Amino acid sequence: MAKPARAVRKMDAPPWLALRGSPLSDDEFHGKVSTTSWIPRLEYGWDAGIAISRFLEGLKAGKILGVRCRVCGRTVTPPRAFCELDFRPMDDWVELADTATINTYSICYVTWDLKPLRKPQIPAVVEIDGTTPRVGFLHLIGGVNGSSVEAIRKQLRVGMPVRAVWKKPHQRAGAITDILYFEPVKRHPER
Amino acid sequence: MSEGVAIVGVGAAVPRPLSRDVSYREMIFDAATRAHTDAGVTHHEIDSVVSVCEDLHEGTSITDEYVPDQLGAVLKPVQTIAGDGVQGVATGFMLIRTGIADLVVIESHCKSSNILRHGDVLEMALDPVYDRPLRANPHYIAGMEMRRYLHESGTTEEAVAAVVSKNRAHALDNPVAPFGARIHTDDVLASSPLCEPLRVLEMSPYADGAVVFVLASEERARRCPRPVWIRGIGWISDSPWLAMREWADAVYASLSAQMAYQMAGIASPAEEIGFAEVDDTYAYKELQHLEAAQLAPRGRAGVMTLAGETRRDGRLPVNCSGGSLGMGYCFDASALYRIAEAARQIRGESGRAQVAHATTGLVISWRGVPTQSGGAVVLNAD
Repeated sequence: MAKPARAVRKMDAPPWLALRGSPLSDDEFHGKVSTTSWIPRLEYGWDAGIAISRFLEGLKAGKILGVRCRVCGRTVTPPRAFCELDFRPMDDWVELADTATINTYSICYVTWDLKPLRKPQIPAVVEIDGTTPRVGFLHLIGGVNGSSVEAIRKQLRVGMPVRAVWKKPHQRAGAITDILYFEPVKRHPER
Repeated sequence: MSEGVAIVGVGAAVPRPLSRDVSYREMIFDAATRAHTDAGVTHHEIDSVVSVCEDLHEGTSITDEYVPDQLGAVLKPVQTIAGDGVQGVATGFMLIRTGIADLVVIESHCKSSNILRHGDVLEMALDPVYDRPLRANPHYIAGMEMRRYLHESGTTEEAVAAVVSKNRAHALDNPVAPFGARIHTDDVLASSPLCEPLRVLEMSPYADGAVVFVLASEERARRCPRPVWIRGIGWISDSPWLAMREWADAVYASLSAQMAYQMAGIASPAEEIGFAEVDDTYAYKELQHLEAAQLAPRGRAGVMTLAGETRRDGRLPVNCSGGSLGMGYCFDASALYRIAEAARQIRGESGRAQVAHATTGLVISWRGVPTQSGGAVVLNAD
């Protein structure tokens, strides 16, 4: 059973506001109304397809691959087998840089399954260098210090250059997570 | 407003048990490209798009949102029908009849091979309070329906087996049907009971596939090379109470067919319908559906089948494509495969599977267990 909502009130992560009123508890549901429960067991294995399979192979080799439409000239990544605007196959493959520009981002103090986070996740849309402007690539921003909104805002801004930080080659699995995150490019990128 | 509505473009992926090499998007793009080319239209000309798909089959919530790209429908009116394929065609039909659109794309697909535990998805379709806790495999519903149908209609198990034998033999003549085979009725009767009286060979094997149609208004269709006219369409859903259904009869199919016949002005179906593509997800369903559609008197569909009357060279050719038994069962896209194969027959493009005088055809669809929903479409050449 899920923890009652009162556990939330103990959290002191920056964005939390105290909840008003009295949270409902499990006790109030159980025994007072008839319910029936079911835990779904749903399992899928999706065929990635021609374009995404090649893209994932590229990530395993440390490369970001894209495709160019021969009709509209757009270069996009993640690649797709056809241009959704021109409805023609997209098969002019290009290797792109692993540097990009931030389009937008959010500082998230909650995980995908709603667990509070002290150190936030920063999902972002970045525009990979070499792709057509406004062709976004969804990933995470990392390599920033601090956890408060103020601290992170000082280090990130829309339009800022970022660079991919990769997993070590032997750890890569041919997945989008082979890139750990994108980090801000320092003024002097020598390491 | 357009009185007539025609299928002017047909594009279908070859159904197959696995399709590891392509994503569902790539499979649909391929079918859509074929449909556009067949109709002689570009995606720019399409006014509206209808997709038939369901979240639990896709493994994606709000799966409607993934429709536009592969159908050339970005920034166009798009809607999803989580229902039977005929309900999708009916939606397109209404868009045209109301004058909202002149060219409508209808799509349905199936990646059953990507559902690793389909039994669990099927179980989720049962009522959670009354039916699911019994933990019986939902195919039992087909077993119970088959028993009551045999009991009331006097149909023999040999007749049901003969449906399998016929459809899989038909599939041998259809180059896009993967399950063609010469199987004797004795082989069918000797196959393992699954939910007895239903046997393993009496169930259609699952397949992956995608079908795309281009529908057009009367005026627009006259400018397309090979229109096939939708003269009547019907769709019906019965009450979901499982135990209370008419176990012997496919009432949804009777009423769907009546609705379609009335629209098409068909008074004597048995005389006016030249051939049929009807749902045969389970072999007995073909017989039940033929009787529901008044193409066979009650209890006679099995006798007709045993006499060879529903073979391609018979008096009423049924499922000359191979049906789902021969082409594979593609969930809600099965209805679109039946319509696609009927349209090819009417155009005279069925090659070795061609029926001699295929002018007016009937399609009957069913949404599968545990549903009591289905549809009917009357198609003809002019």
